[in-house]
Amino acid sequence: MSKFRNAVSLLVLLAASPAAAQSDGSPVPAAPSAEAKASAPLGIGRTALPEEIAAWDKDISPDGLGLPEGSGDVASGEALFTDYCASCHGDFAEGLDNWPALAGGEGTLDHDDPEKTIGSYWPYLSTVWDYVHRSMPFGNAQSLTADETYAITAYILYSNYLVEDDFTLSHTNFGEVELPNAGGFVEDDRAETEYPIFAGEPCMENCKDAVEITKHASVLDVTPEDGSDAPEGAEGM
Amino acid sequence: MTGQPRRPSRRAFMQAGLAAGVALPAAAAMARAQPAPDPLITEVQDWARFLGDGVDETPYGLPIHFESDVIRRNVPWLTADTISSINFTPIHQLDGTITPAGCAFERHHSGAIEIAKPDYRLMLHGLVDRELIFTYEDLERFPRTQAVYFCECAANSGMEWAGAQLNGSQFTHGMIHNMEYVGVPLKTLLAEAGVRPEGKWIFVEGADASSNGRSIPIEKALDDVMVAFKANGEALRKEHGYPARLVVPGWEGNLWIKWLRRIEVTAGPVESREETSKYTDTLADGTSRKWTWVMDAKSVITAPSPQVTIKHGPGPLVITGLAWSGRGAITRVDVSLDGGKNWRPARLAQPGTPMAMTRFYLDHAWDGEEMLLQSRAMDETGYVQPTKDALREIRGENSVYHNNGIQTWWIKKDGSGENVEVS
Repeated sequence: MSKFRNAVSLLVLLAASPAAAQSDGSPVPAAPSAEAKASAPLGIGRTALPEEIAAWDKDISPDGLGLPEGSGDVASGEALFTDYCASCHGDFAEGLDNWPALAGGEGTLDHDDPEKTIGSYWPYLSTVWDYVHRSMPFGNAQSLTADETYAITAYILYSNYLVEDDFTLSHTNFGEVELPNAGGFVEDDRAETEYPIFAGEPCMENCKDAVEITKHASVLDVTPEDGSDAPEGAEGM
Repeated sequence: MTGQPRRPSRRAFMQAGLAAGVALPAAAAMARAQPAPDPLITEVQDWARFLGDGVDETPYGLPIHFESDVIRRNVPWLTADTISSINFTPIHQLDGTITPAGCAFERHHSGAIEIAKPDYRLMLHGLVDRELIFTYEDLERFPRTQAVYFCECAANSGMEWAGAQLNGSQFTHGMIHNMEYVGVPLKTLLAEAGVRPEGKWIFVEGADASSNGRSIPIEKALDDVMVAFKANGEALRKEHGYPARLVVPGWEGNLWIKWLRRIEVTAGPVESREETSKYTDTLADGTSRKWTWVMDAKSVITAPSPQVTIKHGPGPLVITGLAWSGRGAITRVDVSLDGGKNWRPARLAQPGTPMAMTRFYLDHAWDGEEMLLQSRAMDETGYVQPTKDALREIRGENSVYHNNGIQTWWIKKDGSGENVEVS
């Protein structure tokens, strides 16, 4: 009997709760269910202020969404690049030592060792602006103004022979620039091209006639060693 | 008591050995004889007489110094500097599935940063009803979940696309760790903000200078993605994103944003640097796949392997390794001793769980001859781990990422091993 009474009182409570929520202005779930209840806001956190969102929300989409007003030309970009970028990326964005080349490599994507740069590989100029503005120079990121970023982006375009040396890039003409490899990407197609092939009961016995070693890591000999020609971390068992 | 197991007779034991086609010298099948008493037993050792350390000696301990070689290693020539770089988990010396956080691999793009919990802020904004700021303390007030998942770098085994290169499973397969995470489901945080119908993607970024911004479709965000603050029972290590990181089960490690500071609900993908210039997979014809998020089924034998030489000679040998799949649970692992000619199923230490590492064993009687060891993982979708040649036939050699091809170790008569490829 007491069990039954408890159940009734619970139902009453559940029925009463939307009305209680309504009275303080909270949203009323149309059909309260266990799932809706679980995903209902708990009231944790506080409202983000516009200044806070503006400080962190810097990403730029391919259509230019997020770009701030501003502009910069190739010549001022070259000066900035010399000061802030060339010590790693080279005077002409060609890359020094192992540091990334930002220009060059056109037409190499189907070669054995493709040279993938902004000019030869990247699909969108928005990514250049966004990444430089947020994460470069390496070790002193977020130090470039919007105008400086437009100028450096203009210089990188010039280094890739994509604009003339009197070009000025701004938020108004940004959308007119298309990078050479914009059409070079396809969405993941493994579900069509690989999964049907790599499925089914695999071979267990006599799967091939002969087995020959075709490649040896020891030929390259580029693994860090422990001083006795054994790979680092080598141990017996 | 009934049903007591009958001890097999010596004769039955010998016959079983012969039936398995293993002709072992009699001595190898039994415990070895000792010519003289062992002083480690017959003489009282210091540790049996004197005292060990007190309980106040080590408030938070490191492994015993005998294990000082079980460490992360890096390969200096792989990257231009050590800040935007990678190191490798010593998977060749680990067993089971949980990776100790202290030697679990690191991959940073602008170094491992230090953020105190009081300084931590998480912003959730964009196409939501309520744009919100959470403190670390706020995160701990949401209902929690717990699960074990692998985090595998998209570039794991990437140096092996053009052939056998690095000598050891730590280097060829060690851009991976497997931890037990506790955190808040991302869908709970998104519900707190209220995702608008036009919100089809999220853009997530870290607090570090690289930001590592990535776009994720809203379906995945509302499925099993977690904002984790504990790993293997304790707070995240600094180098793994302290105090909060994204856990994206089954998907490439780059998406597991560390030091997570911002989640923006967007209408479309941002196409950031880390999903255009990097983490896109170039095919032989020069076109490239983008958004290759899932890590396919993969496995590797961790011992014996080039860093784990067989020193004990012929006889019982534990062949062991790891298998995992981003598309579900591992259901089976086959092992070959002859370079893929013949296979036999290995023993899974525990049933596979979705998007987590599975340990396998093959208890083998080694005859002392050369072996070409391979393992082949299968997952619950029916996917069978392909050979490297089968992958290269479709993709060429320039994909950089997502190399889940079958690994071969050449184990020589002296017990040493080498990374090779076979026909």
